[in-house]
Amino acid sequence: MDLRGKRAYADTGFRWVAIVAASLVLLILGAIAVSMTARSWPVLGRMGLDFFTSRRWSPADKLYGALPFIWGTLYTAAIAVAISVPISLGVAMFVTQIAPRKWRMPIIYVLDLLAVVPSVVFGLWGVMVLSQHFGLGRSFLTAGIILAVMITPIITSLAREVIETTPQNEKEAALALGATKWEMIKGAVWPHSKGGLVGAVMLGLGRAMGETIAVALVIGSSLGQITLHALQPGNSMPAVIANEWGEADDLHKSALIALAVTLFVITIVVNLAANGIVQRSIKRSRGK
Amino acid sequence: MELYDDERDRSSTPAVSVRVSSSDVATDPVPPVFELEKLEVHYGSFRAVRDVTLGIREHEITAFIGPSGCGKTTVLRCLNRMNDLIPGARVGGKLTFHGIDLYSPEVSATEVRRRIGMVFQKPNPFPKSIYDNIAFGPRINGVSDRSKLDEIVERSLRGAALWDEVKDRLHASALGMSGGQQQRLCIARTIAVEPEVVLMDEPCSALDPIATARIEELMRELKKTFTIVIVTHNMQQAARCSDRTAFFTAELDEKSEQRTGLLVEYDATARIFSNPRDERTENYITGRFG
Amino acid sequence: MRHPGDPILAMSLRPRRTWRTVKSAAMSMMMLAAFVIIAMPLAAIVWSLVAKGASVAFAHFPDFFTKTIPMVERRPGPGMGPAILGTMLVTGGATLIAVPLGILGAVYLHEYGVQSRFARLVRFMAMVMTGVPSIVMGLFVYVVWTMRFGYSAFGGALGLACLMLPVVIGSTETMLRLVPNQMREASYALGATKARTILTVVLPAAAPGIVSGALLAVARAAGETAPLLFALGAATSYNPHFFEQANTALSVQIFGNATSSFVAAQDRAWGAALALVLLTFLVTLAARVFTARFKR
Repeated sequence: MDLRGKRAYADTGFRWVAIVAASLVLLILGAIAVSMTARSWPVLGRMGLDFFTSRRWSPADKLYGALPFIWGTLYTAAIAVAISVPISLGVAMFVTQIAPRKWRMPIIYVLDLLAVVPSVVFGLWGVMVLSQHFGLGRSFLTAGIILAVMITPIITSLAREVIETTPQNEKEAALALGATKWEMIKGAVWPHSKGGLVGAVMLGLGRAMGETIAVALVIGSSLGQITLHALQPGNSMPAVIANEWGEADDLHKSALIALAVTLFVITIVVNLAANGIVQRSIKRSRGK
Repeated sequence: MELYDDERDRSSTPAVSVRVSSSDVATDPVPPVFELEKLEVHYGSFRAVRDVTLGIREHEITAFIGPSGCGKTTVLRCLNRMNDLIPGARVGGKLTFHGIDLYSPEVSATEVRRRIGMVFQKPNPFPKSIYDNIAFGPRINGVSDRSKLDEIVERSLRGAALWDEVKDRLHASALGMSGGQQQRLCIARTIAVEPEVVLMDEPCSALDPIATARIEELMRELKKTFTIVIVTHNMQQAARCSDRTAFFTAELDEKSEQRTGLLVEYDATARIFSNPRDERTENYITGRFG
Repeated sequence: MRHPGDPILAMSLRPRRTWRTVKSAAMSMMMLAAFVIIAMPLAAIVWSLVAKGASVAFAHFPDFFTKTIPMVERRPGPGMGPAILGTMLVTGGATLIAVPLGILGAVYLHEYGVQSRFARLVRFMAMVMTGVPSIVMGLFVYVVWTMRFGYSAFGGALGLACLMLPVVIGSTETMLRLVPNQMREASYALGATKARTILTVVLPAAAPGIVSGALLAVARAAGETAPLLFALGAATSYNPHFFEQANTALSVQIFGNATSSFVAAQDRAWGAALALVLLTFLVTLAARVFTARFKR
């Protein structure tokens, strides 16, 4: 009897195809890092670290200081998170703890619908309705509001996931002691979910920082106040890139690419930290 | 890849070793289908099975019995190289199938499994139609002609005593059947490729008594065509159905502080259940432990 | 000993109005308010889309969907035909690239690599990749492709594919995890090779879930603007050529027209927005259908 079998070419071949496909992730990320950094070199060589600290962004003078845009990105994201967090957490708590079962699906449906709307449509609405119609104009605040609307569904759905890992036991224990619904939430759900909720918020933050289009449309594209005055027009890294690319010369383009790299690094750091926190919190509560 | 998902705690998986050599295999006129000689299995650094020596005869039902966690399934899965799928599993010693060393580097596990089939503890039909479940094996072997497949499907279903129940709904999903029917489907699927041996890992443990009885009846029919090795927790089942029985037990290994199992006795079933040689066998059979 | 109907006991068990209960009710109200607050923008957007967009998009149907884009912004009237074609070309192309590669990548991660160092690295990097801002992808595609080969739908598709790939990998791997191992064992026990098992047993079993995940990725890609800004250029007429010449897409058109001072252009932006939202909505709906079938 022959038990040797044919050479399994097809089997090995398939495995290699799968490996190559998986490696693409590494290839692409590596290519992004390498090619973008290379292209940033001209402007970084010229400006050095001043690129990150100078406030003057003047393509005509070949001077590129990114600080206002870094500020703008962080500021609008902060506004967005400040608006969004109470709402997201409120809705998440509402859906998981308070809403009657029948309402849960429709509410989740509404939130998922919001998540699907393309960001450019948010931007259009922001420009036409929020800034013109309601007279908010183009400013940090308008951008912050739009961003808040965009990231709320994301934070809410993650928050829901985290909150739902609260063990039923602990909730029942609180209720059995005569606690009201709110006291149960404060005492059993919140301590449990705290960590994961922080992570969820940070992921929303990362998303807010990277959002380009909606922000570009409503932020006002001004050149550069670093101010807390939210109703002033401002600018952010992605918005600058989107708005100035069309007429940029080579050095200018290099500067914009350097901005993109900066943005990339910041969002990755925030996303990694956020993911770590969320994963740890979910794991910890499952382990209990 | 974790394919070993019965609830057994791996850390208590015992080693199996021979204390009493199998009865009369050496003097058997017909060479046994399987010959195991000092078989051992490691999971990583943990030695799970050790020194297994026994022989399995053709057209017989051989049963492995014993309490939980004494290596019965581990040994069974060696016979069709399913332990290959567990990362870190290493098999040592000798295991021959009609004289061929199953673990020789020249032997392909895939080929082995086409000749030695397996039925699992929980019925695991594919989420396909009844027809496609059974045709899966023959299609692998290159059969594509529709009429031939029809013939194989019918033959296998008859062989598993399932034909009359499903002949009118061959293209319905296999998942719509009862547990007992699904297990018979899995048996039909296994015999569709015409293996020589059918291994069964506690095939009735997830079924009700009536379904169990039907499968036992089926086994008696099947052994005319196949050789059957069955692992079972149910010793009455072994007593009812098998020709030969191997009794395993578990004992504590002082050196490694692990519970290791060992083969205690291997003999004709009638002998084991009426006049066992070893005291531990007797204790198990009379219910004093396990 | 309390006897049945004890009035004192009965009274002490009645619901009471204390500070605690009022506070709890107030908090619940606030959470409900939070939901209303977030539902309002959605309602407002839908209202604007329908009110402003429908009149543009559905007047003289199907003009809006078939006529070319007026080259002069000021001119009122349809259409967005080239943008619709562009969106479909770019999204379709991206899907053809990203979905098969994503599924294969997930197959490697779950069926072959599992917890190996390489697999863990890839999984981690895929997670990182989902967080890459779309504008970074857009610039990357520009640097790597558009700069050398000019504007084309393919460049846009590349950018979208890079955005979709890690998402498809993630959702597919989740689906593969849901396929019980017993099914793989049954296949191996019948003498099937690993590749055959994956192709004929595992993938078909996970198919509805995989399709659903892919469709969600497609829906998101269809709405993306940033990767397309630098890759497509600006076309106003139909361009069915995938690999050459500038093209356009709904999202890009909306972006361009949103800042226009001409009402005509703004109207077209709303019409395009409605078209885009409808398209995205349909794809998402299809994804939900598949999820329902998978859960069965």
